[in-house]
Amino acid sequence: MIRDMIRPGNLLRLAVFGALLAFLLAPDRFAGLLAPLTSNGAPPIYHQSSLIDLTLSHLFTVAVSTLAAAVVAIGLAIFVTRPAGAEFLALSRAVVNIGQTFPPVAVLALSVPAMGFGEAPTRMALFLYGLLPIFENTLVGLSTLPPAVMETASAMGMTGRQRLLKVELPLAMPLILEGLRLSAVIGLATATIGSTVAAKGLGEVIVAGLLSGNLAFIVQGGVITGVLAVLLSDGFQAVARYAAKKGGARPQTGA
Amino acid sequence: MTTLADAGSDGSTLPRIDRLGVVIAILIAGSLALPFVTFRPTRIAAGTGLRLFDALPAVVAMAVAAGLVAALVTAVASHRPVFRLALGALALAALALGAGAAGAFLTPADNPYARIAPASGFWVSLFAGAMLVTDAMVRLKLGPVGRLVALTITAALIAALFASGAWSHLSLIAEYRSRADVFWREAGAHLMLAAGSLAAALVVGLPLGVLAYQVRAVRDPLINVLNIIQTIPSMALFGMLIAPLGWIAANVPGAHAVGIRGIGMAPAFLALFLYSLLPMVANTVVGLNGVSRAVVDAARGMGLTERQRLFQVEMPLALPVILTGIRIVLVQNIGLATVAALIGGGGFGVFLFQGLGQTATDLILLGALPPVALAFAAAVGLDAVVELSGKGAA
Repeated sequence: MIRDMIRPGNLLRLAVFGALLAFLLAPDRFAGLLAPLTSNGAPPIYHQSSLIDLTLSHLFTVAVSTLAAAVVAIGLAIFVTRPAGAEFLALSRAVVNIGQTFPPVAVLALSVPAMGFGEAPTRMALFLYGLLPIFENTLVGLSTLPPAVMETASAMGMTGRQRLLKVELPLAMPLILEGLRLSAVIGLATATIGSTVAAKGLGEVIVAGLLSGNLAFIVQGGVITGVLAVLLSDGFQAVARYAAKKGGARPQTGA
Repeated sequence: MTTLADAGSDGSTLPRIDRLGVVIAILIAGSLALPFVTFRPTRIAAGTGLRLFDALPAVVAMAVAAGLVAALVTAVASHRPVFRLALGALALAALALGAGAAGAFLTPADNPYARIAPASGFWVSLFAGAMLVTDAMVRLKLGPVGRLVALTITAALIAALFASGAWSHLSLIAEYRSRADVFWREAGAHLMLAAGSLAAALVVGLPLGVLAYQVRAVRDPLINVLNIIQTIPSMALFGMLIAPLGWIAANVPGAHAVGIRGIGMAPAFLALFLYSLLPMVANTVVGLNGVSRAVVDAARGMGLTERQRLFQVEMPLALPVILTGIRIVLVQNIGLATVAALIGGGGFGVFLFQGLGQTATDLILLGALPPVALAFAAAVGLDAVVELSGKGAA
C-alpha cells in the first residue's frame, strides 16, 4: 500500500500540486519569474482580484454544474434503459450524438441572449454541455452489462430496484466516472471562456493579459488553468481505477 | 431492440399514444403562447415580443399555425416514420417561412434600423420540429448513403432559404449584410484553421501512430503526453503558445517573414494541431491493433515485407478507425477554431466575441450558428464515410 503511494508518478503529482498551491497563495514571490515577460514596467502578477479567489470560484462553477449535470444525466440514462423509458432511447442517443458536435463555446454564447451576462449563462452552458458525456457513458455502461450477470441477478430474486443499485450501477461506475471526468474537463475549459461573458474565473486573467498585451498575465492564467485541468482529470482517473478494481473484473472497453 | 413504439403498429384496435409525441405536442402547443418574433426599433434597443397572430397577417399566421398543429397531431397519433418526417419537415418549413414573412410584414417603411428577430416561441417550436424529424430519421434507420443524401438536401434547402431572400428582413441577415465581405473572409480563416491543422495532424500523426504501434516503448509515454495536452483548456493553450511563438518571431531570422507571430493565426494553428494529435495517434494505434493476427500472419506467409504488410494490409484494414479519428479531429477543430478569435486568430469567433462585447444577439448568432452547422455537417458526413469504409474493408 505505502509503496504504491510513493511511486514517481504520485511524487510528480504532489510536486505539481504543491507548486500550484504555493503560487496561488503567495503569487508575489514568483514575480521575478514572470517579470521578463512584461514590458514597460507592467505588473507581472495579476492583482485586480486575488488568484486564489478566482481559482476557487472557477472550480466552484465547474463543480456545481457538473454535479447538477451528473444528477440529471444519470437519472435520464437510468430512465431510458428501463422499460418505461424505452420509447425515448433511440432519440436520446441521437440527441446526445448531435449535441456533442456543438462547440461548447457556441453553447456558452447562445445562452447569453437567453440568460444575460455573468455566472448564469456560464453555469447553464456548463450544465447543458456536461449532460452529454455523462449521459452517453452511463448509457453505454448500463446497456452493455454482461447478460450472464443480469440473469444471475434476476435468478437470485432481486427486484428491478435492487438490480439497478447493487449490480448495474456499480458495474457501470468506471464508465460513469469517465463521463464525469470528460464533463468536468470540458467544463473547466468552457468556464475559462466564461470570463468573456463576465463570469468570475481564471479566464479573467488571460483576457486581461490579452487586452493589455501583458504576456505575464496570459502565461500565469494559462498555466494555472492548464495545471488545474490536468490535475482534475488525473484525479478522476485515479478514482476510476480504484472503482474498477473494487467493482471487480469488468472487461475494459475502450471508450 | 424493439421499442414500445414499434409494438403500437401491430394492428391493435386503439391507436397507442406516442409518448415522445406527447412531449413534442406540449412543446409546440406551449410555443404558440410565447412570442414568435421580437421587434426592436434599433439594433441594440430593448425588444417587444409579438405572438404569431400579432406578427403576421391573419391568413399567413393561420397557415403557419396549421403547419404546426398538423405536426403536433402527427407526433401524437401517427407511428409511421415517413409521416412524422414529412410533417416535421413541413412544420420546420412553415416556421422558417413564417419568420421571414414576419420580418417583411413588421419592418416599417420609414425605419430601416428596426430589427425583427425570431423569439422564444420560434426557437421552442423549431426545437420540437427538429426532435420530430430526428426521431423519424432514427426510426427510418437510413444507411450511410441515405444520410449523406439527407444532409445534402438539408444543406441545399437552407442555402435556398438564404438565397431566396425570404429572410432578408430578419436581423440575422441584416447583421450579415452589413459585413458580408468580412464574414466570408473569417469563414475562410475558420476553415483554414480547422482543416489546415487537421492536414498537418494527419501528416505528423499517422507516422507517429505507426511508430507507437510498432515500438511499444514509445506508445505509453507519447499517448500520455498527448492526453495531457488534450486536457489543457483551449484558452490556456492558445495563451501559453503566444510566449514561445512571440520569442521565435523576434529571435529566429525568417520566422516573422513566414507568418509566425506571437498572436494571430500561428498560435491558434499550432494549438489546434497539438489538440488533433491525440485522436490521430490513438486511433491509428487502436486501428492497427485491431487488425486480426491471422491476417497479418497470412500476409507474412505470402512473403510480404513489413513495409508491404503495413501499406497493403494493416493500414487499409485500420482505415475505418483512422477515419473515425479524423472525424473527431475535424468536429473538435471546427469548434475550437471559434475560440481562436480571442488571440486574434480570426474565424467565426470574431463575430461571436464582438457580439458578446456589444450585447448584440444577432451578431452572437452570426458567429455561433455557422460553426454549429459546420461541425454537425462534418460529423454526419464523416460518420457516413466511416460506415462506408467499414463496409468496403469487410
